[in-house]
Amino acid sequence: MASDLIQTYTDENFDGNVLKSATPVLVDFWAEWCAPCRALAPAIDALAQDYQGKVAVGKLNVDDNPNTTVRFMVRGIPAVLLFKGGQMVDQIVGLVDKGTLKRMVDKHL
Amino acid sequence: MTRNVVIIGSGPAGLTAALYAARANLKPLVFEGLEAGGQLMLTTAVENYPGFQDGIMGPDLMAAMRVQAEKFGAELQRIDVTRVDLGRRPFVVATENGDEEARAIVIATGASAKLLGLPSERTLMGHGVSTCATCDGFFFRGKPIAVVGGGDSALEEATFLTRFATHVTVIHRRDALRASKIMQDKAFANPKISFEWDTVVTDIKDPAQGVVSSVHVRNVKTGVEKDLAVDGVFVAIGHTPNTALFKGQLDMDAGGYLTTHDGSKTNLPGVFACGDVQDHVYRQAVTAAGSGCMAAIDAERYLESQGH
Repeated sequence: MASDLIQTYTDENFDGNVLKSATPVLVDFWAEWCAPCRALAPAIDALAQDYQGKVAVGKLNVDDNPNTTVRFMVRGIPAVLLFKGGQMVDQIVGLVDKGTLKRMVDKHL
Repeated sequence: MTRNVVIIGSGPAGLTAALYAARANLKPLVFEGLEAGGQLMLTTAVENYPGFQDGIMGPDLMAAMRVQAEKFGAELQRIDVTRVDLGRRPFVVATENGDEEARAIVIATGASAKLLGLPSERTLMGHGVSTCATCDGFFFRGKPIAVVGGGDSALEEATFLTRFATHVTVIHRRDALRASKIMQDKAFANPKISFEWDTVVTDIKDPAQGVVSSVHVRNVKTGVEKDLAVDGVFVAIGHTPNTALFKGQLDMDAGGYLTTHDGSKTNLPGVFACGDVQDHVYRQAVTAAGSGCMAAIDAERYLESQGH
């Protein structure tokens, strides 16, 4: 398990830890009650491992962090948003495989 | 190692096939797929699966089926199949982890939600357009939304969404619903649900803003067009079978469903199909499970006839 590599993002730390991050950041918007989110979790864990040191990978719980969820207009989960230099540069909504996530990340490295 | 049976898919059909094949000592390998558990993973209470008099949550039912199949020796892998080669024996089933050889294959890949096909629908997917009420209903607390469709899943979604939404408008292209009587009664009795009959969605706004602000609809009988102000659109207009892997290798009908004969047999000996991938008529958890049982028994008899 790579779960210790997974950051926890919140409304409070989002600006500091995501928008001001020196490396690109992949944020998985999720919730406890979302079955496809649970199915996506292993792919997110694998990505955190594969991109260690190059891309920060973390999760944001949409139940607990409504401000960030609304700010990026997330209205469907799982939603994986990629941030680079303080901007959202790409996103994928819905359950996808690891390869699809990797292709999105690689486009922006 | 050549496997006796590889099962592709893990909804009620795939897991029942796995249970029966495992109990027949065939040591089945199940590729569960990314969307393991199938469509029931996206539902709430299932009230028509026999044996559960108080209903059971879809994900709980699938978790129980999975445990039961594993208990008898089925091997399950949560991975998508990327390619199948049915033109050689043993058959080949490929995933990103490599190839598996199989003497028999049970196809239980199910069906996925159909979309309207509007460009704005693509752009706004996840930003107000959804095919999963249980996943995304939460985002529409205190907001008006629309559900497109007139079958059981449309009315189930509409009823579920009234927990969050101020109002749910069901947009249906005909003047009568396909849904079962009990679902219709529930929806008609719900004060938060209203209907737009004989109506189709022609556009979803506003892609430029990146969120849904309204749907543009047209009455197919009167030709009258109008905008309905909604924050969300849930599309429940039916399903399309997951048969892309088998194009050109197995017989399908015009809708892309696998065609079966004499139980679960496809046109290729040793390849069996069960569940929604071959059924656009009943599409129930219990019929899928029943056909999964048939496929496992058919596979077992086939292997026996081949001397395995």
